[in-house]
Amino acid sequence: MQLALEPLNVARWQFGVTTVYHFLFVPLTISLSALTAGLQTAWVRTGKDTYLRATKFWGKLFLINIAMGVATGIVQEFQFGMNWSDYSRFVGDIFGAPLAFEALIAFFFESTFVGLWIFGWDRLPKRIHLACIWMVSIGTILSAYFILAANSWMQHPVGYTYNPRTKRAELTDFWAVLTQNTALAQFFHTMSASFLTGAAFVIGIAAYHLARRRHISVMRSSLRLALVVAVVAGALTAISGDTLGKVMFKQQPMKMAAAEALWDGQKGAPFSVFAVGNVNKGHNEVAIDIPNLLSFLADDNFTSYVGGIKDVEKAEQQKYGPGDYRPDVPVEYWGFRWMIGFGVVSIGVGAAGLWLTRRRFWLAPEKRTGEDEVPHLMLTRGIGLGERLSPWYWRAALLTMVFPLLANSWGWIFTETGRQPWVVYGVLRTKDAVSPGVSTGEVVTSLITFTALYALLAVVEIRLMVKYAKAGPPELTDDDRRSPTRIGGDPDQDADRPMAFSY
Amino acid sequence: MHLHDAWFVIIAVLWTGYFFLEGFDFGVGVLTKLLARDRAERRVLINTIGPVWDGNEVWLLSAGGATFAAFPDWYATLFSGFYLPLLLILVCLILRGVAFEYRAKRPEERWQRNWEHTIFWTSLLPPLLWGVAFANIVHGVKIDANQEYVGGLWDLLGGYALLGGLATLALFTFHGAVFVALKTVGPIRDRARTLAGRLGAGTVLIVAAYLVWTQVHSGNGRSLPAVALAVVALAAAWTANRAGREGWAFGFSGVAIAAMVATFFLALFPDVMPSTLNSSWSLTVGNASATPYTLKIMTWCAAVATPLVLLYQGWTYWVFRKRIGTQHLANAAH
Repeated sequence: MQLALEPLNVARWQFGVTTVYHFLFVPLTISLSALTAGLQTAWVRTGKDTYLRATKFWGKLFLINIAMGVATGIVQEFQFGMNWSDYSRFVGDIFGAPLAFEALIAFFFESTFVGLWIFGWDRLPKRIHLACIWMVSIGTILSAYFILAANSWMQHPVGYTYNPRTKRAELTDFWAVLTQNTALAQFFHTMSASFLTGAAFVIGIAAYHLARRRHISVMRSSLRLALVVAVVAGALTAISGDTLGKVMFKQQPMKMAAAEALWDGQKGAPFSVFAVGNVNKGHNEVAIDIPNLLSFLADDNFTSYVGGIKDVEKAEQQKYGPGDYRPDVPVEYWGFRWMIGFGVVSIGVGAAGLWLTRRRFWLAPEKRTGEDEVPHLMLTRGIGLGERLSPWYWRAALLTMVFPLLANSWGWIFTETGRQPWVVYGVLRTKDAVSPGVSTGEVVTSLITFTALYALLAVVEIRLMVKYAKAGPPELTDDDRRSPTRIGGDPDQDADRPMAFSY
Repeated sequence: MHLHDAWFVIIAVLWTGYFFLEGFDFGVGVLTKLLARDRAERRVLINTIGPVWDGNEVWLLSAGGATFAAFPDWYATLFSGFYLPLLLILVCLILRGVAFEYRAKRPEERWQRNWEHTIFWTSLLPPLLWGVAFANIVHGVKIDANQEYVGGLWDLLGGYALLGGLATLALFTFHGAVFVALKTVGPIRDRARTLAGRLGAGTVLIVAAYLVWTQVHSGNGRSLPAVALAVVALAAAWTANRAGREGWAFGFSGVAIAAMVATFFLALFPDVMPSTLNSSWSLTVGNASATPYTLKIMTWCAAVATPLVLLYQGWTYWVFRKRIGTQHLANAAH
């Protein structure tokens, strides 16, 4: 990895730092808004206090989190122009459109309705207030879709033509940009991974409280909901990841060859479990392989040919001229493994939890745990094994609650560095994308500023999260349960009644 | 009319929306130090914008995104050229958003006071910097034949630009004071009105001086009425405030902001970023724009989305139309 102090490298580091940081908050925002919306729906439908308390509890954590997501998102939009102005000139005609769509359609939705939701508890009728949180949730998902379509175009450019007169890529088919298979596969993979992230977060915090036998009814409902979400989202993450992998093998063979540290192409290629590569010599010194699995993953066929790093590089040199087309192989190889590893463990924890807390319908009624009892892994009390496993499960759940976040980060590092030396695969090199007029001093200043600011805010936000997560759901007052029937309430009737929720 | 001309207008509208809306919430942020006497009053001030500031800020994101898509070269030159001021604005916007959300999340006085300082400074600096930035855009900056900004940071800080920053800050603070008078009850409302009266006179003078300078240096026949309208509307806002007509005062200060943004864009057209080195190197709506196909798609998007946005944001203001005062604060930690 190059560390020389020149705008290109510093700008790349800045992009990496700000993007990975921003993406810690995005998946949690997407999933927690939907989970909160689901719980509030349950409250509106059943009127049970448990669901209202759960809504307020997870809603609060969601708000602490979305504040950071929104704040760090602005940087993402601005830094294309600041650090990557030649990129902006080259692709603005194509890349700008989904970004503008995102702002006009998704951000307005998200930020307007989140304000209505926070302050609207005592101003809006129940159902309209409920609709607000759903709007927020829809806004976050739309936003993710547009930005992933834009990113997918960088991974696999479609629907454009190069105009030699203006020296830039110009849009010819916007529909193709929005609906190409890369965009769809990335969207489903990122979306399901986001829900796995939120589920693991809820499972971890619920486990913390259940282990201490506190807030049982709220945490028990939240846990069951999150376990189901974890398993479903986990399965979808695996399936969509497999689809995305196959798409990448076709579109970015170099990325996948590097991900497998497969130096020489072969038929019936093996999947590498562990390898120590030597980039200079171009071979692996230690390798543990599963024969033929990689060919199957790439092409659904155990004996298909898979190109290696050296072959793909030769092909790319013929196509694009001489040059170094290898991404950082160790980062690719390990990034890919960390992503899958952390993801798989999270899915495993979810699945184990779901099985251990299953309702055993043949269990005699006197052996079932009641509504407000701490589950010994819920309803397996009569079994004995559940009792012994419970404390271990709670610990594991708490420990693994951040695993999907790590998997997400590695996933992005893998997919973005795997595209190098291209910023738009096969079209524009990263070194040609950087702002020509911006000095090293300026980029270094902003890298240091953002890194320091983000580090400071990380401390603040984690401490707040821990404080509110530990405090548990609030007790309810009668004011919480009531709700005005007219939009806007009646300004005259209760002029001096305190607001239910304010800053 | 060419589509890129339409997009020039749409971007002007997005900036108008941003300055009108975030204009008063920046102003309220500044007033937390000038107007509020205690913690409860600061909380009332912050709550007047609590439900809406986040939505207001999206107007900036939309203006940025629209510029990227409709005028990629303008976006590239502007954002890489004004690097350090934009960095400072970004830092302010990050801290400001977090400050609003986190201030009440802990009961300790020190915690809340720190976030209140943050709110003040991060509400004061962006109007100043946006004012400087727009003054430079209108005035023209050193742009070379490759559309790159070749000046330094100090080139952006001339007398005219600094006056622009001051005028914007004064205008937003006045706009904020009028908004607080409109949105609160009790002593804080009276004080807001008095303060708006005091700020108003100075604001009219500074803004008039800045806009006249703009008109003399970069203006044309189209921008002259906008300058006149801005000054008259601002004077009307001041008068209405003194007469206790708070709704009218806010409306007029809003018109003044819209007319100021209109002055900028009317003075610019057909340039989007003039070059002071050679006028043939200037970025124009023609040479900086995206292709007609992209503009067409974007136009459809804007045509569908903008009315909807206005509708539901307008509804937000309706829902929270009630005036608030210290008696509306719950005694709970937040």
